[in-house]
Amino acid sequence: MTQLANKSKVKKSTSKKKFDKETYLKWYEMMLRIRRFEERTLMAYGQQQVRGFCHVYIGQEAIAAGLISAIRPEDAIVTAYRQHGLAISRGIGTKECMAELYGKKTGVVKGKGGSMHFFSKEKRFFGGNGIVGAQIPIGTGIAFAEKYKGTDNLCVTMFGDGAARQGALYESFNMAMTWKLPVLYICENNHYAMGTSVERTSNVHDLYKIGHAFEMPSEAVDGMSPESVHNALEKAAAHIRSGKGPYYLEIKTYRYKGHSVSDPAKYRTKEEVKEYKDQDPVKMTEAKILKDKIATPEEIATIKAAIKKEIEEAVKFAEESPLPSGDDIYEDNYLQKDYPFLT
Amino acid sequence: MSRKIALRDAIREAMTEEMRRDENVFLMGEEVAEYNGAYKVSKGMLDEFGPQRVIDTPISELGFAGIGVGAAMNGLKPIIEFMTWNFAVLAFDQIVNNAAKTLSQSAGEFSCPIVFRGPSGSAGQLAQQHSQTFEAWIANCPGLKVISVSDPYGAKGLMKAAIRDPDPICIMESEVCYGDMGEVPEEEYLLKIGEAAVMREGTDVTIVSFNKMMKVAFAAATELAKEGIQAEVIDLRTIRPLDHETIVKSVKKTNRLVIVDESWPFAGVSSEITYVVQKYAFDHLDAPIIRVNAADTSLPYSAPYVDAYLPNAKKVIDAVKQVTYVK
Ligand SMILES: Cc1ncc(C[n+]2csc(CCOP(=O)(O)OP(=O)(O)O)c2C)c(N)n1
Ligand SMILES: [Mg+2]
Repeated sequence: MTQLANKSKVKKSTSKKKFDKETYLKWYEMMLRIRRFEERTLMAYGQQQVRGFCHVYIGQEAIAAGLISAIRPEDAIVTAYRQHGLAISRGIGTKECMAELYGKKTGVVKGKGGSMHFFSKEKRFFGGNGIVGAQIPIGTGIAFAEKYKGTDNLCVTMFGDGAARQGALYESFNMAMTWKLPVLYICENNHYAMGTSVERTSNVHDLYKIGHAFEMPSEAVDGMSPESVHNALEKAAAHIRSGKGPYYLEIKTYRYKGHSVSDPAKYRTKEEVKEYKDQDPVKMTEAKILKDKIATPEEIATIKAAIKKEIEEAVKFAEESPLPSGDDIYEDNYLQKDYPFLT
Repeated sequence: MSRKIALRDAIREAMTEEMRRDENVFLMGEEVAEYNGAYKVSKGMLDEFGPQRVIDTPISELGFAGIGVGAAMNGLKPIIEFMTWNFAVLAFDQIVNNAAKTLSQSAGEFSCPIVFRGPSGSAGQLAQQHSQTFEAWIANCPGLKVISVSDPYGAKGLMKAAIRDPDPICIMESEVCYGDMGEVPEEEYLLKIGEAAVMREGTDVTIVSFNKMMKVAFAAATELAKEGIQAEVIDLRTIRPLDHETIVKSVKKTNRLVIVDESWPFAGVSSEITYVVQKYAFDHLDAPIIRVNAADTSLPYSAPYVDAYLPNAKKVIDAVKQVTYVK
């Protein structure tokens, strides 16, 4: 399997573009925040504070980092259930996110969605979808609405390599291309859909090639580096905003953990996991910052301490927040206030 | 001779025995082969039958359900596993528009002997999209048969019958019951599709249920017995065709009926049972029928919502006391 994973790797970014100190620190801080948040989430899951299906993003954080620098806050985003990191990168507070995982009333969706379903209209975060591939047409529709309203915004529509095998993707690509919708499709190819490697689900192993059938501009991107992710997103976003229609990026990445907390991930080798951990975006970015003297070790230490404190406070907030009573289960099923439920 | 095995093993035994018996039977679905099934139902089947007959699919429910339909029309006997029925919604076109209608629209020229199976219903704090029951949805459609299993014995006998049945069949299992142990004979046996089972005899009230809600029905019956109320508990086993004779016979004895059904109340299985009982046993009812359903809402994540949403023994006991006029 190691060999297969190697085969679909992309060239490292050769861009000479320089990013400023602020950008590097912003990336680093965000990736670290997501990493620490989810490490703490896994601990809370072990303590049965967090329940249900829980899929972490650990290893994929460089994509969230690239998104914060290359995409505007007005742009919409929609993704699947592996969403904590993306939600946090949109600026949804770690407190609200942790409280959601704890099922508390103070959670980002009041304890109603849990790990798979975060939403925030203010942050233009359209969820958290649990049905594989369902968000692909939805993201296309969000983009349709932006075009309809005549805005300059786009919709970042994210999905996994497994989701790329759903028919909904092909229908969406076709309509988005035909109608030149402002949608940025991102396949986060972490090489596995549960226990199934990309190579076992299709004859086409390079997922970016799917776009070619629609003559959609499509590229593969190194997803372990925030620089590469940023550069690819920036180029794609400019294309979309110029009115030329959708763009598709296959961002090659890796999840270090199992599919969800209940998956021991026996279908891959230690060597393969190590190969990706060796390019860990958090570690590599920190090393680069220090090596190129972008910031001092003291500045890095300050960020680490601040993140540690933030996550501790998020957990405390979650622990101390009240659970819903359950009596309000009829709320948020209809907007009609006096809807006659069958009781 | 019999032994105790888990529900997941009973289902696997049924599929395995039928695959040994008939080479046209094959199993297809997400993670069924190399991963041994998301819930380990098909564990070891790839080893025995090989990748020709135990087939991992991409996440393409509409596509592989349709491939199952085509294969069935062309002489094979597919078992299509959905990781859960929530994901089978993507495949409803093929189930409802094709599997169910092949025989009718071809005037009997083509049949569609296929089994669609997987878990249905809530399984803890899985939230709105992963907690739905599908018996009522599917049972509404003529052309399909619907089975919902609750224990290893029933599951094995019905699964084998379903695989041999010439019509398209949808089987609902439950993630939270796969580990449940029960007596299953060593010898081969089949159960009749369309027959409910009286699982506990009683004289004071009839409780009808199916799938994992049988646990709730049993728990309530045990508690009620301590108070001197003897409940007769019926496991529907097959939802469509509905065995109203067994229900009606019991109601004629107990004169009271409580239905425990995880599906939503509107146009649910409980509504159908209520209709047939008022039709065939109107004069035998000493109290209005009461149903205990999941709440008429989507199921949010947090634990208090799960408690508020699902039927439980207390809700059933309260319902029984209402129909028996016990304070
Ligand atoms: C329609 C549908 N089918 C199956 C599932 C079960 N399931 C949940 S996640 C998953 C794998 C998806 O893999 P991928 O798209 O690569 O995303 P990743 O988990 O790697 O982020 C599967 C099969 C589902 N949620 N929805
Ligand atoms: Mg994947």
